[in-house]
Amino acid sequence: MIIPVLFGMSLVVFFMIRAIPGNPAQVILGQKATKEAVAALTHKLGLDEPWYVQYVKYIGGLLRGDLGESIRTGAPIAEEIWPYLAATLELSLAAMLIAVVIGVNAGIISAWFQHSWFDYIAMVLALIGVSMPIFWLGLMEQWLFSIQLDWLPTSGREDVRNPIEPITHLYLIDTLLSGNTEQFWQVVQHLVLPSMALATIPMAIIARMTRSSMLEVMKSDYIRTARAKGVSMFWVVYKHSLKNAIIPVLTVIGLQTGLLLGGAILTETIFSWPGIGRYIYDAIGYRDYPVIQSGILIIAAIFIFINLIVDLLYAAIDPRIKYN
Amino acid sequence: MEAPLLEVRGLRTSFFTDDGEIPAVDGVDFSAREGEVLGIVGESGCGKSVTSLSIMGLLPKGIGKVVGGEIWFKGENLVEASERRMKQIRGNEIAMIFQEPMTSLNPLFTIGDQLVEAIRLHTKIRKKEARARAAEMLKLVGLPRAEQMLDEYPHQLSGGMRQRVMIAMAMACQPALLIADEPTTALDVTIQAQILALMKELNRTFGTAIMMITHDLGVVAEICDRVIVMYAGQIVEEGSVQAIFRRPQHPYTAGLIRSIPDIRGKKERLYSIPGQVPKPGSVRCGCRFAERCEYVFDRCRQEDPQLYETGEQGHRTRCFLALEKGGGVDERPVARSERA
Ligand SMILES: Nc1ncnc2c1ncn2[C@@H]1O[C@H](COP(=O)(O)OP(=O)(O)OP(=O)(O)O)[C@@H](O)[C@H]1O
Ligand code: SF4
Ligand SMILES: [Mg+2]
Repeated sequence: MIIPVLFGMSLVVFFMIRAIPGNPAQVILGQKATKEAVAALTHKLGLDEPWYVQYVKYIGGLLRGDLGESIRTGAPIAEEIWPYLAATLELSLAAMLIAVVIGVNAGIISAWFQHSWFDYIAMVLALIGVSMPIFWLGLMEQWLFSIQLDWLPTSGREDVRNPIEPITHLYLIDTLLSGNTEQFWQVVQHLVLPSMALATIPMAIIARMTRSSMLEVMKSDYIRTARAKGVSMFWVVYKHSLKNAIIPVLTVIGLQTGLLLGGAILTETIFSWPGIGRYIYDAIGYRDYPVIQSGILIIAAIFIFINLIVDLLYAAIDPRIKYN
Repeated sequence: MEAPLLEVRGLRTSFFTDDGEIPAVDGVDFSAREGEVLGIVGESGCGKSVTSLSIMGLLPKGIGKVVGGEIWFKGENLVEASERRMKQIRGNEIAMIFQEPMTSLNPLFTIGDQLVEAIRLHTKIRKKEARARAAEMLKLVGLPRAEQMLDEYPHQLSGGMRQRVMIAMAMACQPALLIADEPTTALDVTIQAQILALMKELNRTFGTAIMMITHDLGVVAEICDRVIVMYAGQIVEEGSVQAIFRRPQHPYTAGLIRSIPDIRGKKERLYSIPGQVPKPGSVRCGCRFAERCEYVFDRCRQEDPQLYETGEQGHRTRCFLALEKGGGVDERPVARSERA
């Protein structure tokens, strides 16, 4: 299932990129370059070959695990992309963690204390949250927490006066590995605003989904059985109900993680986050076809991978689901 | 005489909905003695489940509420007991099983997990001991491959087996009272009989009092010692099973008895009491059964009947006929016109 999807994705991306007007050779050499020079570079990049030859070469490379080379820098993409990817993963994982922890708990408490003031406030906030434009939210956060209150840095991943020596390029891990707590806190501080901006929409959706799923489950007979056994309300909610109610929420979490990767690109622009969004964005400017192709393909692969994990989680939680 | 195990006095339970207050249980008095099997019968919607949920303190939060009366259990008024205390009582002293065995067990936990939880909530023992006890309970309720079943999930068992698991779980802490809310309604006839036999056996072996809620008088005849007939949120008749079957004193009870399917298979059409149970709170004055009663007379619509002694010990009926000389209901009620 995964292979054909990725294959289809690669084809779509391949053509979409070539639909962007402009020739990479022309962009690289500038407007003043001679026709001959442009033609020579086009030939060198293999862009004068028919599209199917280019595609077969590209796929052949992918099958060998070769993501190609950047037209602009000439470096292998597989090596070049990791620092950017790591930045995006760190941001997305932080955002998803916030969204899941706060969203799921808010949904649970809203369902448990249905019609309470907590329920009303949480659901109004969630309603606002789902319709919140990320860029606007990001700018407002910067204005309030960085400019007005001066609590948190406006942008970037690290303090430029105190740069981090990358090991894995996941800075939270790197600073812990090097035992530098001061830098660790700087990384956390840089993460807060962009991950909050990115977490808002999925958090709101997860909270609403959790609430309705919990309300449904809490009406069921087996919950009444648990109560009749003498189980306390806390465990009825967090053990008996949640395990059942989380199943539909997992689907939403999987889908939202995919959308979040899309949202990450926007957030990276606002917060100058050196992630894969920036990497691809710059590549589009240079018509750096291999980088755009491979970058998008990697995002697609991550998305598919996450949904695979969600499927495995279903099977782990629900004994009625069997994979053969 | 010894104080009864459970004594319900003037219980009134209402639901507060958008349409106002619905008095689902409206002044119910009864008691259950230690070790007895008490039947509670009545058509759908007459307040049987609400009565039992009131005892358990499990009315839907924010909607259902006990608005009057007392529920005395072992010298303690459960209406005033804290949630903390109720948690200790539920499953330990009063256990409950339900109608739908298919949905009453949590589908995501093993049978063992669910039994062990029930045991360990009220008994301070280690997981391993609790597991051994759980297996023992499964054997006790007639599930032979108990060890293996502990690791199975509810969906791997049949309805009858699941109801046995529910019973095992309810009996795990040897409660003094087991409330069974239509435990056999959803099962096949043969399985029904087996489950009833099992419950009777547990009642004899452990002396657990059983409150058997049903709308099937056949079930009552099978296992109950005494029976309470409910109608529209009230008790309309109470007495020993023999007394009620031999000589029902309330026209409603008589109707219920007449509508038991005849096992001898006479070609007669099955009798059913005409009309429907009135909505809670809809009858303002007079006997609540008047609309459907074959014996109705003027007084029935002007005054509320009380529970009257019939003369037989412990037999009470909420019908004015009991006050008439030689009152009561004939075996075969005749139409009013013929009586006159
Ligand atoms: N959750 C609820 N909200 C509002 N009213 C309710 C609710 N549950 C029960 N009632 C009311 O209480 C009345 C009695 O219901 P109850 O469940 O006790 O009937 P029952 O005798 O157990 O019937 P059945 O044989 O169908 O189980 C119903 O007619 C209904 O009007
Ligand atoms: S009081 Fe009257 S209406 Fe009610 S059951 Fe008796 S005879 Fe029928
Ligand atoms: Mg009921």
